[in-house]
Amino acid sequence: MLEGDPCSILDSEFVKPGKGQAFTRVKLRNLITGRVWDRTYRSGEGLPAADVLETEMEFLYDDGEFWHFMKTDGSFEQVAASESVVGEARNWLLAQETCSVTLWNNEPISVTPPNFVELTVAQTDPGLRGDTAQGGVKPAELATGATVRVPLFIEIGDVLRIDTRSGEYVSRVKN
Amino acid sequence: MGRDPVATTRAWLAQEADWRPSCSVSTLRERGALLAETRAFFAARDVLEVQTPVVGRCTVLDPALDSIATREGRYLQTSPECHMKRLLAAGAPSIYQIAPAFRDGEAGRRHNPEFTMLEWYRVGFDAPALMAEVAALVDSLLGEAPYESLACADLLRERFGVSIDNPHALLELGDTLGLAEPRLDEALDLALAEALSSEAGRRVFVTGFPAALAALARLGDDGRADRFELIVDGVEVANGYHELADAAELAARMEADTERRRVLGKAEIAPDEALLGAHQKGLPDCAGVAMGLDRLLMLKLGAPSLADVMAFSWDRA
Repeated sequence: MLEGDPCSILDSEFVKPGKGQAFTRVKLRNLITGRVWDRTYRSGEGLPAADVLETEMEFLYDDGEFWHFMKTDGSFEQVAASESVVGEARNWLLAQETCSVTLWNNEPISVTPPNFVELTVAQTDPGLRGDTAQGGVKPAELATGATVRVPLFIEIGDVLRIDTRSGEYVSRVKN
Repeated sequence: MGRDPVATTRAWLAQEADWRPSCSVSTLRERGALLAETRAFFAARDVLEVQTPVVGRCTVLDPALDSIATREGRYLQTSPECHMKRLLAAGAPSIYQIAPAFRDGEAGRRHNPEFTMLEWYRVGFDAPALMAEVAALVDSLLGEAPYESLACADLLRERFGVSIDNPHALLELGDTLGLAEPRLDEALDLALAEALSSEAGRRVFVTGFPAALAALARLGDDGRADRFELIVDGVEVANGYHELADAAELAARMEADTERRRVLGKAEIAPDEALLGAHQKGLPDCAGVAMGLDRLLMLKLGAPSLADVMAFSWDRA
């Protein structure tokens, strides 16, 4: 919470001159107004946590404008999140995927996918045999439409484990 | 770390564990080459490689540095400085060491709580002589480039139009940089950190540090610390001193640091009487410098963060 509004931390950089004190320079986005703030905090200093509710929700579908989620606590309560709220999470969300939705006054303000997701390769060029030892990579389009860089041996239909925080390929789950 | 460290580790292993190194095999080769080249540089100059304990009874008193303690109340070194100075007092010639150093809580793109430090001491050198040697080493590791020299006061005037001796202007600057109600020492630290990180594309020796930031450097005739830092591309890579040799002055600075730790509510640390003893015996006239080898490798390879040049960064260790 900063100046009465919930914020999300976009970027934070630990700054410390060799013989000086430590600071954290933080870029915050006001989740209500979208405004971006630069602030500097001393080591150990904190901000009050926003009174927001992080809930587990199942992704249902998107209608092009809104992404619809349903609570998994048995209440079947649904919320709709706009594209700006869903952000990069849309690269990793398939229907029925469970993710973490942050609610403030019952409105979704951010969506976090699981750290790792398993997605099927929808499109990729055939890999070249014998080239795998070189650690070569190629692009592959996933079922969600996102593109990741993968090793050359990956084929269409393979299921890949992806780290959603970095957007990087981790391993092949099965083919 | 949470209440139950083992449970925290188990949860991490179950959910997050990624067995892979944080850097590529080709970067490992670059790291090996950098270490070999550094050793060759010192061998050619007849500087002796030494090893000293990583875990010691005493640690630095500087309130801005947090040491990692063991269960028995020993500390992982924040730098090999104290042990190396005890070697110098015992008659060692010019010496260098490549060793791990630890600073609790320092994690970020340019910080890792465990890192590799190159520290060396040159008997009979003053700060300008050591700066020339630092430049020669950096040239051999990163390729040649011109060096500039800039006093702290000039740096702040150039970058912010603020005089280092004007407390009011410094406090205002701290506020502009986003720090709420800054103290004077905080405003100065933050302003210097900001100014240094904006020196992209240049190699700059920063000198003329205020006496309050002398650490273990002697004071010059101008009242400034005889201390320098090398900034490469906005990244601090080395910090050197014409070493303070006066035992009485060292004792006074230790006492002042102990008092500042008390005021700031930092954990009490016993002053290093062995280091004091070495100074009483007599530290030879020398200059010493510490250099962050991981940062140099990061700069050499144009890597975005330290994690990209370490086998296993803090989050994977």
